[in-house]
Amino acid sequence: MSLFASIEGLFYLAALIAVIASLKVVTGKNTVHALLYLVISLLAVAVCFYLMGAPFAAGLEVIVYAGAILVLFVFAVMMFGLGVDETMHAPQSKGLSLWFGPMLLAALLLIELVFVIDNSELKLQLSNKMVDAKQVGILLYGPYLLAVEIASFLLLAGLVAGYHYAKPEHQGRRL
Amino acid sequence: MTDIPLAHVLILSSLLFTIGFVGVVVRKNTLFMLMSLEVMLNAVGVAFIGAGSVWQEADGQIMFMLILTLAAAEVAVGLALLIRMQRRYRTLDIDVLSKMKG
Repeated sequence: MSLFASIEGLFYLAALIAVIASLKVVTGKNTVHALLYLVISLLAVAVCFYLMGAPFAAGLEVIVYAGAILVLFVFAVMMFGLGVDETMHAPQSKGLSLWFGPMLLAALLLIELVFVIDNSELKLQLSNKMVDAKQVGILLYGPYLLAVEIASFLLLAGLVAGYHYAKPEHQGRRL
Repeated sequence: MTDIPLAHVLILSSLLFTIGFVGVVVRKNTLFMLMSLEVMLNAVGVAFIGAGSVWQEADGQIMFMLILTLAAAEVAVGLALLIRMQRRYRTLDIDVLSKMKG
């Protein structure tokens, strides 16, 4: 089997996409474009997880990271009002060239995913070594029950702190 | 046993971690620092999933879920602090905070 058609080849491709997208996140100038690249990076890592035989973690990565956390970032960027700043200083409409980078990387990932789903031999190879959600669930609510409780406390603390810091200041009283 | 060698997974993990770390250190915009932190946390997740898949255990994925929880809480608090900072100083430059008194 050729390198591209093997799980390793697909893994290296996804890893390359993740690294490139992360580099673009770190070096980016525009916040929204960096966020787009961050989404691509997280999706590429999710594909890596799937190819490593952790489909549950891949799903969580897409839903929680690329879905929830990135939406939080987008909301925050909108609250910062960077949009006004951009329209004043950014060059006028460069057309689709700004979309090209993220679109190319995302299209590569999509092709890769379709290829894996379509190829029955690869699917068989993957299903041999998967650690599925059932095993994770059994462990999570068995030996790791205390960790789950602590994680819920952590989320509660995050919720309270987020609410407290983001609420408007009262007159004459700081923080 | 998986087809992907653990060494390569760890190389990917350390690459992503280094990129994120450089981002945290170099960038002056706090929003970009938060994004780089996300990349770093994600890199640690890659290492855990890779180790879990080599030994065919679910523990790696559980650790990844705990990291996910940590990332969610960290982003919530971090972004709230950034909103507060933007409101008070009208900028996201980290250097503004160097005059902060305890």
